Amino acid sequence: MSDGITKVTSHISPNEQLIFERSQQGRIGYRLPALDVEESPVNDLLPPHFQRDDDLEGMPEVSEVDVIRHFVRMSTWNYSIDLGMYPLGSCTMKYNSRLNERVARIPDFANVHPMTEEQDSQGALQVIYELEQHLAEITGLPGVSLQPAAGAHGEMTGIMIIRAFLDARDGEAASGRRTMLIPDSAHGTNPASAHLSGFSVKTIRSTSEGLTDLEHLRELCAHGEVAGLMLTNPNTLGLFERNIKQICDIVHEAGGLVYMDGANMNALVGIARPGDMGVDVIHLNLHKTFSTPHGGGGPGSGPCCCTKELEPFLPVPRIVKTDWSAGEPTFRLDYDRPKSIGRVKAFFGNYGMMLRALSYILTHGNDGLREATEAAVLNARYIADGLTSDYDKPFNSPPMHEVVFTDKRQSRKGVHTLDIAKRLIDYGFHPMTIYFPLIVQGAMLIEPTESVGRQELDQFIAAMRSIANEALEDPELVLNAPHSTRVGRLDEAAAARKPVLRWQK
Amino acid sequence: MRYIPNSPEERKEMLEAIGLKSAEDLFDSIPQDLLLKRALNTPAALSEIELLSRFERMGRRNAAARRPSFLGGGAYAHYIPTIVDHILSRSEFFTAYTPYQPEISQGTLQTIFEFQTLVCQLTGMDLANASMYDGSTGLAEAVLMAERVTRRSKVIASSAVHPQYLEVVKTYVQHAGIDLELAAFDNDTGQSAAGLANAVDDQTAAIVVQSPNFFGCVEDVAALAEAAHAKGALLVVCLTEAMSLGLLKSPGACGADIVVAEGQSFGVPLSFGGPYVGLFATRDKYARQIPGRLVGEAYDKHGRRGFVLTLATREQHIRREKATSNICTNEGLIALAATVYLETMGRRGIQEVAHQCLQKAAYAARRIASIKGFSLPFSGPRFNEFVVRGPLDAGELLARLGKDKSIEGGIPLWRYFSDRPNDFLVCVTEINSRAEIDALVEGLSEVSNR
Repeated sequence: MSDGITKVTSHISPNEQLIFERSQQGRIGYRLPALDVEESPVNDLLPPHFQRDDDLEGMPEVSEVDVIRHFVRMSTWNYSIDLGMYPLGSCTMKYNSRLNERVARIPDFANVHPMTEEQDSQGALQVIYELEQHLAEITGLPGVSLQPAAGAHGEMTGIMIIRAFLDARDGEAASGRRTMLIPDSAHGTNPASAHLSGFSVKTIRSTSEGLTDLEHLRELCAHGEVAGLMLTNPNTLGLFERNIKQICDIVHEAGGLVYMDGANMNALVGIARPGDMGVDVIHLNLHKTFSTPHGGGGPGSGPCCCTKELEPFLPVPRIVKTDWSAGEPTFRLDYDRPKSIGRVKAFFGNYGMMLRALSYILTHGNDGLREATEAAVLNARYIADGLTSDYDKPFNSPPMHEVVFTDKRQSRKGVHTLDIAKRLIDYGFHPMTIYFPLIVQGAMLIEPTESVGRQELDQFIAAMRSIANEALEDPELVLNAPHSTRVGRLDEAAAARKPVLRWQK
Repeated sequence: MRYIPNSPEERKEMLEAIGLKSAEDLFDSIPQDLLLKRALNTPAALSEIELLSRFERMGRRNAAARRPSFLGGGAYAHYIPTIVDHILSRSEFFTAYTPYQPEISQGTLQTIFEFQTLVCQLTGMDLANASMYDGSTGLAEAVLMAERVTRRSKVIASSAVHPQYLEVVKTYVQHAGIDLELAAFDNDTGQSAAGLANAVDDQTAAIVVQSPNFFGCVEDVAALAEAAHAKGALLVVCLTEAMSLGLLKSPGACGADIVVAEGQSFGVPLSFGGPYVGLFATRDKYARQIPGRLVGEAYDKHGRRGFVLTLATREQHIRREKATSNICTNEGLIALAATVYLETMGRRGIQEVAHQCLQKAAYAARRIASIKGFSLPFSGPRFNEFVVRGPLDAGELLARLGKDKSIEGGIPLWRYFSDRPNDFLVCVTEINSRAEIDALVEGLSEVSNR
């Protein structure tokens, strides 16, 4: 390893078995108050054939100390944002503020039951309403539902809204309009969500500049069966679709609607608004742009924002402001939305994430939101500038919040993107997103976010350059990486051939 | 902004280092007419002190949060051991991403493997995924999966499934060519098994039953499995109260093919309905049809055991429109909460909680049924929820109880069952003391007598 590059963590810690392997009969990790009502024979309450007869055999029996050590030891095998830069492109791994965590745990919110009558949950409804208002302003799209639980869920909601709108507008004729256009650079969730809404997918090519091919778009729009376009902007190459207005016009003229995947909104907040570009509906990821924690794979929250015209189609119930009482606004739930696509989730969505996102917006203030966007884009540009000397950068245009490089130069020595990513672990960084977008061979998509300081960016650039050098001088070192983790590269092919998906005695 | 490490001076230096003059230049690729040339019309920044006091003020408008509560209906107030939130709050868990790089994600991966195992043990099934958004979307995915497995398009669901879950299923299947039929429940028992068994035919992809159902009544799952399998259909069993698995025969042991459950009861706060966690389990033979992420065992070249995301060829990032689901982000951290909860309570704790729920609910039901003018309309066996019929409109009765006695007494059923204006759903768990139950009984008696 080169001088001046310090590892953040060694990733090495004690072995820890599965909890089932640690379990000892008779250990107890809890205590409940004694039962304080008269006990009836269980058989009088529940017929014996409805009762369990396996005595929960195999479930763990451990003490509280066992549980704490078990999880704390396992936790040390994880990389996390709080350890350092986590430059996964398209994932927006920014700082998860502790203040937001505190807000989400305020007992007056954490203890509210979702079936509480409106008059006893006004504060909870107010949070939803206010966040909706702010997201409407940020996106320039006035209709907002916070019900979807994640990005893909918000996508599904948005596409179902398009479908419902077309069915209402065109009646029977809408059955001829069942094609969703999706660029070849899109997230895999896009076609999967389109499919769920009964659309077939046609793929739009990207140009050599990395932007949507307008000619191809026009060609695909010429036949009258296009329901809409799903576009990520900035796209998954980190480039702003500068023809976005024209793109929206082409789709609208063909009778379709434009859905924007808002995964990359961290490049736009406070700078430009999808609603002003001609976009009809968008989803946001509160767990990306608005800093709610990713939690090792969720929970997310995927609000869906749309034009006034599409608002009647949003999921039910809607939260509406009715009046003022004692100096405070009052809210109620509106179920009477006959055009709605229906409910997409029980209750109101991932409410705890809404509290955190509202806290994020209020902590930043309007100027802070813009400042975060500027800092995020600056960091990505700084990395783009710092790595161009050593890595192939397939597109010339300046990137926004993320930048894509490839392994083209290193692969001549047999070192590929996967190897570079694994070697980066030895330098104390989480790797970037690899092999996505699919249209770039050996893609490395790097998104630093605003939560990284200059020293760490310099360290990252130095680490990447050092790996480029190692690929030339000592490729074996890179090919066998990582060298510092608790386990080495795991045989994923063998794991998929004979899957072991649970512990068994 | 205190969350942005670089100072304005540093940012200026960085701009110069890459040959730009100002922050505006960073956005050169956005056409001028698309730039927002004004400040966002969102509030100005608040300090930590101001922010907390603002949220606390809004929180005080949630009168229900501090009251003794008997609300269930898909979200349950159970005891949560203190260590659950401590472990969730470890940076290494809550600030990590999806475990795409297994060498530095073993903490998350091993946890999910344990979660999958626990879900299998509780449900009596062969395999479980890494989680769904919640019980309702899990149920919708189960219906879609049943259609894929059987290539049949008719699905018969019990009308005693949680009404919001049924609404979600309707939304999901509306463009999938699935014909969703509802089978009635029995007005005396509150159970729906007989109606479901009668409706199944050889066009049926699946029977969908919830047990305990929305009314709290336990269904005869084993009989339904037999009825479904006799016609080549699958049995999908749904639970909103997963704690009942501590006591009730597992759906797997009854012959279910797919089991979905809301896992909120396992260590997750009510939090106005989310984030919760969907449990999804099935049989080995359907491993390649299951939606969502799976974690499996794997070994490195030195033979060390680790865990990886596996069977990804079912998923959207590989299969795109042919994927088994569009789900990507799931509920990882909430699955961790459930895992910590289940391991802390352990085998005996889950049994004891379930036992206390059963006994306390039975006590409450007996007492309420003895109040003049009150009755229990359904006779089916129950776990910790039951329907009460009062002498007046349930919405009015419960509003009085809240206002006069500061008790959240139950969920009125009129919104979902307009022919039941006086009925409401009461839930009792281990956290409701006898004194609370007695206060509920006295309160109901008093406010109904006015």
